[in-house]
Amino acid sequence: MDLNLSDEQRLLRESADRFVAESYDADHRRKMASDPLGYSPAVWKQFAELGWLALPIPEEFGGLGAGAVEIGILMEAFGRGLVSEPYVATVVLGAALIERCGSAAQKQGILPKVADGSLKLAFAHSERAARFDLAKVATTANKTEQGWRLAGNKITVLDGHAADEIIVSAHLHDHRGPSGRIGLFLVPATEPGLIISDYPRLGGGHACNIELSDVHLPEDALLGDGSDALPAIEWAVHRAMAALGAEAVGIMQTLLDITLEYTKIRKQFGRPLSANQVIRHRLADMAMQVDEARSMALRAALKADSPPVERARAASGAKAKIGRCARFVGEQSIQLHGGMGVTEELEVGAYFKRLVAFDTLFGGSAHHYARHAQLGRTA
Amino acid sequence: MDLSFNAEERAFQSEVRGFIAKNLTDEMKRATALTPSVFSDPDIGMAWQRALHRQGWGAPGWPVEYGGPDWTPAQRWIFETESARAGVPNVNVMGVKMVGPVIIGFGSPEQKNFYLPRILSGEDYWCQGYSEPGSGSDLSSLKTRAVRDGDDYIINGTKIWTTHAHHANRMFALVRTSDGPRQQDGISFILIDMKTPGITTRPILTIGGDHEVNQVFFDDVRVPVANRVGEEGKGWTYGKYLLEFERGSGIASAKLREGLKAIADLAASDLTGRAIDSPDIATRISEVEVDIDALEMTELRVLSALQTGQNPGAVSSILKLRNSEIRQAVTRLGVDVIGYDALAVEPMRPLYRLNHEPAIPEDTLTVVPEYLNGRAYTIFGGTSEIQRDIIAKMMLGI
Repeated sequence: MDLNLSDEQRLLRESADRFVAESYDADHRRKMASDPLGYSPAVWKQFAELGWLALPIPEEFGGLGAGAVEIGILMEAFGRGLVSEPYVATVVLGAALIERCGSAAQKQGILPKVADGSLKLAFAHSERAARFDLAKVATTANKTEQGWRLAGNKITVLDGHAADEIIVSAHLHDHRGPSGRIGLFLVPATEPGLIISDYPRLGGGHACNIELSDVHLPEDALLGDGSDALPAIEWAVHRAMAALGAEAVGIMQTLLDITLEYTKIRKQFGRPLSANQVIRHRLADMAMQVDEARSMALRAALKADSPPVERARAASGAKAKIGRCARFVGEQSIQLHGGMGVTEELEVGAYFKRLVAFDTLFGGSAHHYARHAQLGRTA
Repeated sequence: MDLSFNAEERAFQSEVRGFIAKNLTDEMKRATALTPSVFSDPDIGMAWQRALHRQGWGAPGWPVEYGGPDWTPAQRWIFETESARAGVPNVNVMGVKMVGPVIIGFGSPEQKNFYLPRILSGEDYWCQGYSEPGSGSDLSSLKTRAVRDGDDYIINGTKIWTTHAHHANRMFALVRTSDGPRQQDGISFILIDMKTPGITTRPILTIGGDHEVNQVFFDDVRVPVANRVGEEGKGWTYGKYLLEFERGSGIASAKLREGLKAIADLAASDLTGRAIDSPDIATRISEVEVDIDALEMTELRVLSALQTGQNPGAVSSILKLRNSEIRQAVTRLGVDVIGYDALAVEPMRPLYRLNHEPAIPEDTLTVVPEYLNGRAYTIFGGTSEIQRDIIAKMMLGI
């Protein structure tokens, strides 16, 4: 039992912190917020050079073979910088799904390109009627003589606008009808029949809705052998939840830091705000919740490869708890900044919005507490 | 980073399990489960202390030269976790975890030779003389006075909330030996034999119906100067050192988890008409479980830091605060889970030696008293408000 960082992990944290402190300042963030792409291809190239795109990819495919804990270390720093590059979509979700479901040839074709920065991925899975239920997929993939025909509607595809290839989930239908299995398809973003509606995402980055109307794909667009992809989807999404939890911790820590500074400087009634016990106790509660969130993000990362129910409970527990902490820390940061906290002139609002987005992504606190309870009864 | 135990740690885990299986009697277990106050009665707790002492485990946190077992933080974690899982009695923490470390840190060789073995063996039973009727959170305003008379101090005053003063044969107390410029000055740390003439004890019943705490009066009580620990007037420093042990030395999550498990088992049983089938109850169980997970991870992070010699800092206040709040959440949930059984009052104590059939099932007997008595968790050992002051000051610098 040991929760201290290894030397490699410490180096990773130092380089990530340094990158964010030196390159990802307020000016950069402001520029990205109004940038039509919402992220910087030059920064993406830097990520590749730093080895961060290769981080969780197995060594045999040009990666570094790191795990969820390392991703968490990186994501916490990304949270501090409010990084808007499509890292979760491409590396945490996309590469993980390819690694889990792809054939040897598919892995060899995709993963090295992700690692070197020449290929970006996105995961089109959520649908309006499914809400946060990962098992609910109405999009269909019908077997044709030449391959597959996909039809359906996907929503909230994280950073889909940036992707070269989009991984689309669909229920597999063969000539006998529905198979009861979910398959994953690799669809080029330029494929005719894809209607992509891109929009800026709350708190930075983009998302899109995708309409698939009669998208014809070759046989080998299906990842792997067509066995049910749901367990792999859950595995990858749990990793993404842990990663986003770590990012939220970085955001919360930043909000706490800047709010603490502000309450020391801002004077009312002839003394700093922080001279008031009610303010000090609020900040103590915020610090405590940041610490609890940090514990839960680390816990979810450490259990990212545990058996399914244990892993799912750790992921749901972390998502629920961190979401609740995030709302508290975010809302109180605005409250303690007074009227200025509600304006776009300070960065507090930008950090807060990313936390609100975090709480919604893959299901909010209410959803995950209920899910945690449900899983507890099956455990 | 690794959450799992290595081979040595696993071997130690089975050693602990074996020890508990051999020494924890059914009577001790039942008595512990049916104790709704914070501490076990001394006959139960001290029987366990003697068993631990025979094994060489009487004082897990002490240095090896004073009889500590020389465990790694991971071993302490395993010991505490297995103990909580098995439901072992509480030992006299005022001796082992409070006055013991102070004597080790600041006591004279004579004091160490005399007191420490008696704490280990369970021969002495200690109580803590800190709070006074006029000095709660503002502890250093205390007024109990010790006036020098030859080789003795003559003590006058009163202490309150003294846990198990009616069982203890010794008390460690903070007393005022002089008036300094600050109210923290002039306080001394003194060890008192409870059989000294002039000491009287008044029981105080808590709202759960238990006699655990007392008020203690000192009326011209003569205590040898040799019973003072460390320097005269430096007692506040020693007293604060002790409070850090009181707040931060605990590994609390394992016990919280067992408490929640008991409530969740009740919720899933016919005794409560399967309260867990209500989505509200099921979700609240998960909320508390997740809070325990977070506390456990923080405890493990602190342990890992200690293992490499790092100082965990003001996190002991976070641990104390979260432990007390979660404990209250568990007991609050318990009251809601047992439904109508919450209305039955069983005034007789101890609950494990009733001479009649109780009105409600034995499994639900302690739920309401634990909830009521448990309101004290966020008050003793420094209130939650004081802990927040400490976090703001020590962690945030405001």
